[in-house]
Amino acid sequence: MPEHFSNEAASLANIEKSFGGGPDSMVHVLKGSTLAARMGEMLLLIGPSGCGKTTLLSILCGTLKPDSGQVILFGRRLQEMKDSEITKYRGQNIGFVFQQFNLIPTLTLAENVAVPLLINGTSTRNAERIACEALARVGLGDRTRTKPGKLSGGQQQRVAIARALVHSPRLIVCDEPTSALDKETGAHIMDFLREIANDDQRAVIIVTHDPRIYKYADRIAEMEDGRILQETTGRTAIAEKYLSVPH
Amino acid sequence: MYRLALRMLFGDHGKYLMLICGLTFASLLMIQQSGVFCGLMSWTFASIENMRAPIWVTDAKLDQVNDNKPLRDTDALRVRSVDGVAWSAPLFQSNLQARQIDGTFKQIQLVGIDATTFAGAPTVMLEGNIEDLRLPNTVIVDDFGRDRLAEGLPLRDGEKKSRVRLGDIFELNDHEARVVGICKSVRSFMGAPYVFTTYDRALQYAPPQRKMMSFVLAAPVAGQDPAEVARRIERETGLKAFTEPEFKKSTIWWYVKNTGIPVSFGTTVVLGIIVGMAIAGQTFYTFVLENLKHLGALKAMGTSNLKLCGMLMLQSLSVGVIGFGLGALLTSGFAYVSMIKQQPPFYLPWQVPLGVFVIVLFICMFAALLGIIKVARLDPAIVFRA
Ligand SMILES: Nc1ncnc2c1ncn2[C@@H]1O[C@H](COP(=O)(O)OP(=O)(O)O)[C@@H](O)[C@H]1O
Ligand SMILES: [Mg+2]
Repeated sequence: MPEHFSNEAASLANIEKSFGGGPDSMVHVLKGSTLAARMGEMLLLIGPSGCGKTTLLSILCGTLKPDSGQVILFGRRLQEMKDSEITKYRGQNIGFVFQQFNLIPTLTLAENVAVPLLINGTSTRNAERIACEALARVGLGDRTRTKPGKLSGGQQQRVAIARALVHSPRLIVCDEPTSALDKETGAHIMDFLREIANDDQRAVIIVTHDPRIYKYADRIAEMEDGRILQETTGRTAIAEKYLSVPH
Repeated sequence: MYRLALRMLFGDHGKYLMLICGLTFASLLMIQQSGVFCGLMSWTFASIENMRAPIWVTDAKLDQVNDNKPLRDTDALRVRSVDGVAWSAPLFQSNLQARQIDGTFKQIQLVGIDATTFAGAPTVMLEGNIEDLRLPNTVIVDDFGRDRLAEGLPLRDGEKKSRVRLGDIFELNDHEARVVGICKSVRSFMGAPYVFTTYDRALQYAPPQRKMMSFVLAAPVAGQDPAEVARRIERETGLKAFTEPEFKKSTIWWYVKNTGIPVSFGTTVVLGIIVGMAIAGQTFYTFVLENLKHLGALKAMGTSNLKLCGMLMLQSLSVGVIGFGLGALLTSGFAYVSMIKQQPPFYLPWQVPLGVFVIVLFICMFAALLGIIKVARLDPAIVFRA
């Protein structure tokens, strides 16, 4: 099914990536991966541990350089940009949710959430005001002056989501957002992310190997041994393929 | 972002306290050790500070002020006849035993100054009058001698500690010496109090020798460079002539070459500086390493390397300044105590704290630089890895 170009948030074509120095110690991780993420869509990248999901995600964000292949982010080829340009572009267009939350323990929730705005040059006062609004959206509006250490894992991940959203990026990437959380909390987090993805100005990519969250996806790309094996699009198709209870 | 950098730094009270303590201790160690060292060194040229004169003329083979190679009486006149010399005066200096009224003996440093010019006389009088030295059998004792020479004497009315008073009498080689003044002085390396009297009387107090004059003090005529006049004196008299700073330098240098004291104590200072550097560098670098994960996250979220560098520099400089400030404060407490007790020697030319400040900032920046290299090389992709 051909897609309209403007609908495409990010695309990866024939990405190759190896780690290590000499030919003996070389690990060939990505072997020609191709993948596209679309606006208004929640894309799940699934596959066994160690198959290269995180590596592929890092390349898509421009935090890691591929050995070969093409990365296009909102119409711009990352290969043609300088490192400093990529860093800035990433700061403006991508929101991150990390597996380990990565909140700064010495800062309050409001300060933590304000970080992407500050990186993009918003004044401290405005940044913290917007951050408080974002915290209210994830249900933590009354704890803006708390330190992250006082919160549960689920609450911390909600703060991380507020931080990923606060500067209204067009792409949200999440690496195993639920794997450090229990089932119920994970479900809450996915509800949040689902809501975010419904906004058609935005794309959400989630890397996971947690089958409990497959049902939230609009599209699932299955990865194995450095390649995208197959993609399943549409909630019905996903339900049939992944969610039918085996007899 | 810079405000955030400071919040990251100050937010973790425990680590912040460690960091400040490390830097404070390092600063204290460096300033204090250097101060004691400078103090010890300044003790060696105490006589030059206590008997002020622009030019000191000595025997051709003399290198330092505590040595004794007497000159002929006529040398004072020969110096005066050199072109550009405004005045010259004899000076006597020798170690002597003073006998107290209870019969005990104490070491003193006897100084005889020219009675007409008073060249080399004490500059600050605490009690009495210099002019009274013209009265028979009189001496002026320094503030250190005021306590030292009264040690062991019975307390007099209203005294908590026995002290020499004006009018007190002790003996120098069976000659009476009556105290008519107390002056301020700089302590000497030998630890003997200074006792001033006139040149002629000093010759009576001291055991007679063939030549008695220790130094000739001199001054250039107004507008002439003391160093140039000193060179001229050397050329025309065959004696040695030092300006005040030259004589201090020569004295210190003599101690460096001929005694182990400056070198061994200097080694302690250098060790103090190295230990201080190590502590300061180590503490800040540890802080950077502990924050590496967060710095990585900031980098992934779009912070440029330049901004991260700036943040690290700001953090390191602010802890450096605070640590140095506290260290300097503690040192001044130490200095205050040693001023009162006159022990241990402590002398802090302004260059020392400035130098230590530069060293501390340098160390902090160096540690920050190590951190910056780490951050610049830091692969922002690592934040994705658990
Ligand atoms: N920086 C690196 N250096 C060497 N090997 C790496 C590096 N990053 C990832 N790898 C290897 O690449 C493979 C894929 O890793 P990753 O992308 O994290 O897998 P996944 O996220 O699917 O679990 C693993 O075998 C891992 O050991
Ligand atoms: Mg992974």
